[in-house]
Amino acid sequence: MSSETDTTERARPEPIQAVPVRHPGRWVAVAVIGVLVAMFVHLLVTNKAFNWAFMVDEMFRPPIMEGLRGTLALTVLAMVIGVSLGVVVAIMRLSENPILRGVSWAYTWFFRAVPRLVLAILFGNLGILWARIEFGLPFDRQIGALFGVDDFEARLFGFSALEILTGFVAGMLALGLSEAAYMAEIVRAGIQSVDEGQTEAAQALGLSRTQILRRIVLPQAMRVIIPPTGNETIAMLKDTSLVAFVPVSTELFFQLKAVGNRTFQVFPMYVAACLWYLLLTSVLLVGQYYLERHFSKGFGRSAQAKIRLRGITAEAGGSTSEAGR
Amino acid sequence: MTQVTTPAEAEGTAGDGVMVRAEQVHKSFGSVEVLKGIDLEVRSGEVCCLLGPSGSGKSTFLRCINHLEKINAGRIRVDGDLIGYRERGGKLHEMREKEIATQRRAIGMVFQRFNLFPHMTALQNVAEAPVLLGRERKAAARDRAAALLQRVGLGDKLGNYPGQLSGGQQQRVAIARALAMQPKLMLFDEPTSALDPELVGEVLDVMKDLARDGMTMIVVTHEIGFAREVGDSLVFMDDGVVVESGAPREVIANPRHDRTKAFLAKVL
Repeated sequence: MSSETDTTERARPEPIQAVPVRHPGRWVAVAVIGVLVAMFVHLLVTNKAFNWAFMVDEMFRPPIMEGLRGTLALTVLAMVIGVSLGVVVAIMRLSENPILRGVSWAYTWFFRAVPRLVLAILFGNLGILWARIEFGLPFDRQIGALFGVDDFEARLFGFSALEILTGFVAGMLALGLSEAAYMAEIVRAGIQSVDEGQTEAAQALGLSRTQILRRIVLPQAMRVIIPPTGNETIAMLKDTSLVAFVPVSTELFFQLKAVGNRTFQVFPMYVAACLWYLLLTSVLLVGQYYLERHFSKGFGRSAQAKIRLRGITAEAGGSTSEAGR
Repeated sequence: MTQVTTPAEAEGTAGDGVMVRAEQVHKSFGSVEVLKGIDLEVRSGEVCCLLGPSGSGKSTFLRCINHLEKINAGRIRVDGDLIGYRERGGKLHEMREKEIATQRRAIGMVFQRFNLFPHMTALQNVAEAPVLLGRERKAAARDRAAALLQRVGLGDKLGNYPGQLSGGQQQRVAIARALAMQPKLMLFDEPTSALDPELVGEVLDVMKDLARDGMTMIVVTHEIGFAREVGDSLVFMDDGVVVESGAPREVIANPRHDRTKAFLAKVL
């Protein structure tokens, strides 16, 4: 048994060459999927109703491109409103001030309860409520009457509701305000996911509540906030088709459908809509990837790998304070 | 502004040389009373070690000193100033959040779990607060942060994120971060408890260094050796009260109270 201690002398065992586990189920799945794909391609190629030539011809026309621009503009603007207002509403919800908390709760309650389609139509018809929208002293007429002045008006400026609440603005507000309610919940979850110790450490340094939120908590919350926000953006891109009911005509789906209705080639234009939305969503996914990468600074896999490397060098060469370089 | 030495002596104290004075501090979480009347005095430049079994209230007491926890009764004064409240006409008024933040700036704190900001490099962690609070320009703050990190032995880790540092290195960054605010008092909440045994020494060394420079420190710890070697006073707490206190060597060698004896027998 004494030879066992002499490990360097022992021959290295030959590498394992075992028979790998077989996966017959995978091959069956490949066959089934192959047949289904073949059937689908066959349908695409042979069915005349697709009318591919016509579709490709029509789907890049100027009115469609204008609709595309409208859809993109609506998506971006509605998301800007949604995200910025959502952050504010989330912060209000987490505030120690009970009034702010209440207002925030009521906001989310209302805008999550009403369907976007209904909101879009409602906002499109707000002109019925007010002919003009004006800013100034609230209840000025009533106050004037109280002091015996007839027709007392204290208004700084105003504009015609019909002018400002055009279809586009109404649609943008409907989508943006509704989005803010959902974003508020996402941001709240993100903020709550940040370790309590982070806030405590920042408090102990003497930072103010706003500074802690802006510099310490929100940047870390972003890691949790961004993936669902990407989801929301994609959903928003598709929900812009709802503003057709406001009505807004400079919008992708409305334009595609219009071509279909005019030429009686309805189905190809629906397919064109699918392809457009597929393309736009794919672009958004790429953007989301880069955003996520940016906000995972200090958290990433590569960082983890580096620690491991450092550990190894530390073990190999001396004290920990000198390891890693 | 690249001065690295602690301003403990430079700033001077409230005259009587007492940095922290706690009188009859009570604290409850719901119906559980965690602190049952703590009296404590820490003189300027002194290192006070708080010992005791877990659940004895020592960490809670430490967190009361910078008002991370609100006390229910009693008074805590740091450098003569009442913490968290203002006394006017015999009545206590709660301070505004801003005023509390101002008080905290003079009190550094180091946590058991480091609590470094993971999205910032070591240098940014240290320079962040002085810049945000408008104390220094960015370049000056960075220079001083680099000097502080150098001082805790991390001069070559300025650009590393906390996730790329060992526990001991992270805790040293945390100490540098607290020092960047030039506090007159440092609170340590079990600074070595979350560390692998072989990393404890490097953190204790930094703390010894600080003590030697005259920093007033209150240290919640289980490191009896540190308490004996560096501590000027030792306070043994159990079940929300101070059981006994005195010179560390004295208390450790000849504990008078049974509870102290039982605890020391377990940890020594």
